[in-house]
Amino acid sequence: MTKVSQLETPLEWTSDEIMTVVAARELTGEMVCFVGIGLPSRAAILARSTHAPNVTLVYESGCIGAKPDRVPPSIGDGVLSRTADAVVSVPEIFSYWLQAGRIDVGFLGAAQVDKRGNINTTVVGDYDRPNVRLPGAGGAPEITTSCGKVIITLRHSARAFVEKLDFVTSVGHVEDEGLEQQREQHGRGPQVIVTDLCVLRYQPSSREFAVTSLHPGVTVDDVLAKTGWPVIISDELQATAPPTQEELVALRGFVATLDEQR
Amino acid sequence: MNARFLTLADAIAEFVHDGDTVALEGFTHLIPFAAGHEIIRQGRRDLTLVRMTPDIIYDQLIGMGCVKKLIFSWAGNPGAGSLHRFRDAVEYAYPQPLEIEEHSHAGMAARYQATASGLPFGVLRGYAGTDLARRSPTIRWITCPFTGEELAAVPSLSIDVSVICAQQADRQGNVMMWGITGVQKEAVLSAKRSVVLVEEIVDAFTPHVNGIVLPSWTIDAVVVVPSGSFPSYSEDYSERSNEFYARWEAVSRDREAFEAWMNVHVLETSNHEEFLKSLAPSLASRYD
Repeated sequence: MTKVSQLETPLEWTSDEIMTVVAARELTGEMVCFVGIGLPSRAAILARSTHAPNVTLVYESGCIGAKPDRVPPSIGDGVLSRTADAVVSVPEIFSYWLQAGRIDVGFLGAAQVDKRGNINTTVVGDYDRPNVRLPGAGGAPEITTSCGKVIITLRHSARAFVEKLDFVTSVGHVEDEGLEQQREQHGRGPQVIVTDLCVLRYQPSSREFAVTSLHPGVTVDDVLAKTGWPVIISDELQATAPPTQEELVALRGFVATLDEQR
Repeated sequence: MNARFLTLADAIAEFVHDGDTVALEGFTHLIPFAAGHEIIRQGRRDLTLVRMTPDIIYDQLIGMGCVKKLIFSWAGNPGAGSLHRFRDAVEYAYPQPLEIEEHSHAGMAARYQATASGLPFGVLRGYAGTDLARRSPTIRWITCPFTGEELAAVPSLSIDVSVICAQQADRQGNVMMWGITGVQKEAVLSAKRSVVLVEEIVDAFTPHVNGIVLPSWTIDAVVVVPSGSFPSYSEDYSERSNEFYARWEAVSRDREAFEAWMNVHVLETSNHEEFLKSLAPSLASRYD
């Protein structure tokens, strides 16, 4: 990998890059992380290769403790099984490992989210006559409810951040106090949403997500314009620390390997 | 009775019938593409397909009009995009309407486990509050008789035939697979009939870390098809052709391009070896 000192160009980054870098920072220490397909996989692998070498990556394909040195295009790539501490069956990963509460963090993408962190990955439009049929649930419904907490990462747009989901594939937080307490027995649900504009964190008091940090160059108005409900802006709004050269170099190295694999 | 060694064409002709419920399982790894192509060549119709992660081979079966219903939990082209033939069927009923029954992975895994165990339903802590539960008659609620906890119940599957890939068979027809083995063992043990495609036959198995052996008497037919999982892969035999998956996006997006591709590469080839030879050199080199 290129040494940081060899890079002399000023730091610039794309919106996808800052999203991935900031999402990666949410993984720390010795967390055991259930990694979803796509953007979450990039962020989790970046975290493990930079500031969080001791996180354990778990994939729904049954790979536990995978140590990929590149970003695989799928969650069932050979680089995951060959580097894993153990490879178990799919029924086992969902029952003994996820459902039994052995996972600290679930790391998910989404097509749509609402203010309570509910997720839609099933359809845009009506279920029986969809405008866009999406892939469906995958592991997300039980990842959302069985992990200690959940991090969601997706690009920020008014189509993605909606007042009302077309379909609730995975349950975030609910209005009903009793139901909310019941679900918290097994996990705290979505706690953080990282986008290409900002970071939103769950506020138990309002039972909604609030914008807590704006990425460099992004204004509150930018976020409001791309959010489909009057999103709460935290009183303690912070500025996201820009990506470091180390983070960007590592991420670009991975993205290059992803392109090479195609 | 021990498994018989058959050709792929004979195995599909004997074990996969019009109207059957069929599971071609595989989780990114060991996907039985060659069997799906042979089902298309033999013109099967009205199939109910079961799979946790339907990918390109199910997209092809749907696009070729072989399928009336899909039972699944995630239908996409991993790392590349949508399954456009699946979407065309759901969004526009083309080439025919597609009935769907969808679950989460945990729910599908519980259904396979229950079926393999000979139980009428599986149990999991899941689905609460989701529209999946609201929309599906195959998700119901039961109360634990010991703790009172409310849990989700999902019915077992009624699978006529499962087809999987494994790396090796021995001369008795026992099969061994390793690497990511997904839900393939449960798929075989859930089905009335089963067919296993292998890379090769060996005199004796060498133990592998995380290896799984299915005894010969749980399988009806063993078929030797080198690279039968292509463009998926067989750990220690072949690499996944990520290029093929990426290129499928453009082929499958357009109805005519799809049909032309299927004609040249599947309908006009007589077996898997010819299919592999029909591909562009860059894809074939990945395979060699």
